[in-house]
Amino acid sequence: MNIVVCIKQVPDAASVKWDHEKGTLLRDGVQSVINPFDYNAIEAALSLRDELGGKVTALTMGPPQAQEALREAMSMGVDDGVVVSDRAFAGADTLATTYTLAQAIKKMGQVDAVLCGKQAIDGDTAQVGPGLAVRLDIPCVTCVGDMEIIDGGKGLRLKRMCEQGYDVVEVGFPVLLTTLASLNTPRVPSLKGKMRAKKAEIPLWSAADIGAKEEKIGLKGSPTKVFSTHIPKFEARREMLQGTVEEQVDFLVQKLKEAGII
Amino acid sequence: MSEVNYFLTEEQQMIVDLARQITRDKIIPVRAKLDETEEFPWEIMKDLAQADLFGLYIPEEYGGLGGGCFENCLAVEQLAYGCIAVTTTFAASALGGYPICLYGTDEQKSKYLPDVAAGKRLVAFGLTEASAGSDAAAIKTTAVQDGDYWVLNGTKQWITSGGEAEIYTIIAMTDKAKGARGASAFIVEKGDEGFSFGKKEKKMGLRASSTRELVFNDCRIPKDRLLGKRGQGFIIAMRTLDLARPGIGAIAVGLSQAALDESVVYARQRVQFGQPIISFQAIQHMLADMATYIEASRALVYAIARTIDAGAKNFSKLSAMAKLFPTDIAMKVTTDAVQILGGYGYMKDYPVEKMMRDAKILQIYEGTNQIQRNVIGQALNKEYARK
Repeated sequence: MNIVVCIKQVPDAASVKWDHEKGTLLRDGVQSVINPFDYNAIEAALSLRDELGGKVTALTMGPPQAQEALREAMSMGVDDGVVVSDRAFAGADTLATTYTLAQAIKKMGQVDAVLCGKQAIDGDTAQVGPGLAVRLDIPCVTCVGDMEIIDGGKGLRLKRMCEQGYDVVEVGFPVLLTTLASLNTPRVPSLKGKMRAKKAEIPLWSAADIGAKEEKIGLKGSPTKVFSTHIPKFEARREMLQGTVEEQVDFLVQKLKEAGII
Repeated sequence: MSEVNYFLTEEQQMIVDLARQITRDKIIPVRAKLDETEEFPWEIMKDLAQADLFGLYIPEEYGGLGGGCFENCLAVEQLAYGCIAVTTTFAASALGGYPICLYGTDEQKSKYLPDVAAGKRLVAFGLTEASAGSDAAAIKTTAVQDGDYWVLNGTKQWITSGGEAEIYTIIAMTDKAKGARGASAFIVEKGDEGFSFGKKEKKMGLRASSTRELVFNDCRIPKDRLLGKRGQGFIIAMRTLDLARPGIGAIAVGLSQAALDESVVYARQRVQFGQPIISFQAIQHMLADMATYIEASRALVYAIARTIDAGAKNFSKLSAMAKLFPTDIAMKVTTDAVQILGGYGYMKDYPVEKMMRDAKILQIYEGTNQIQRNVIGQALNKEYARK
């Protein structure tokens, strides 16, 4: 079984700071980490491989430093890693990103399962998984909260979590899944994995390597234009309620009505 | 964490980073619950197995990483930062595994060590008995040869991971008349005929670790379970403890560091008399002593562990020092941590009361600190007699 897990390096949410004037992230000195949902995708990929055999390749698009994220994935047991990296990829929206990732996956040959985290915590679009499935022309099950191998390894029974409950979906391979945190508990890295990851050669594939068309990648391939961004201001105000309990309740109800909350 | 440059190799730094990550993500979030419920930390043992940490000290040919005493110290120090009950459970497997590593035949090593390295089976070490603690030579458990079998009778007490471990290295008397030279070491497996477990002990601290009696009632084991030579039991036990003691020192360092960190964080935010209590010299001096003693402990443990790995021959004295000083410091530091946190420190809402309860065992197990002083004193006497 050939499994690909797509991961993204995102700024560490714990250390992110904002440029309030420009409305942008201050990236200097902010550590990059693997997108949290992607750990669940890695674990799902590894558990599929452990059960069904085969290999897991981690794929990411980004600058050469993104190799570090792949080394972390490899320290958990991922077999190989590939970074698609080219200045021409810069400024990609989800349309260009899915095209680029699909080109890379096609270069890998027959792929049975592609796993992605539900969404990245920086862009929060949740579009790359489903978009990639369309590009690859394979079925897609999003928001997987539970996974069970069925038919002797020929398919999966999945719980697709929805706001009101869940759907139980059965699907064969090839398939693309997007994973939720509730799907599994990501395993810890291993010492042997860390040592192997440190020495591993992680190829960088350029636009030419994956046969990407210039007009479909980076800014050129991205119809999404960001015109402005703003940082919401959080203002805490305080008002002490006075009087008897009845008076306080009346006052509170009135305030909540004024604020449009009730 | 220490700012001192201990010149770790890249591989050693990986061990530190990995153990620290497990402590942060897997141990600290559950330690209070494990302490309360006395639940055996199987989930964390699985994580440590996945991380390859059970194989640290085991030769590569048996599936381990071929590390030494120092690598083991680095790992347990980080784990002990989270919980020493969990760490003791982990470390006890090495205590049980060392005798097989050091004295096992190729067949014994091939049979047991790969599973031990993979963390599939825990090992326990059985020496102590009700009337043989510090006076280890007073053990009463016997092993009598009967054709192709050894037959064990007796009861071991306070055995860490008793009942949970699947492999036990047991010291029993084979020739009572020979005294200490009449003891031998054996490998006993859970499920062996005539081998059972007593009740789980209720303890002041170290509550997530399981401590039980091992009961041998005409326990028959094949004769190839004899470990080392007949009569070598005490040498095996002492050599094992000598190798393991710096690890106890390292556990003490990790625990002390955790208590210091809690104390400084608290002292910076606790306001009394209109200012954070860290601005008072009474508090500052306590913290300064704690920090200094901890760094001295760490330096001592690291230096002695490295000396052992460099091939030192007789290191009983050094090994005793590496256990004695850091564990006495851990008792002092955790007690002071509770003092600095005051009433809050005495409550279970903060982790330092557990640290203080846990610290006490470090001065008792793997040889009381009085016994460590005896070892050091007797070694000095011998050394100076030769001069």
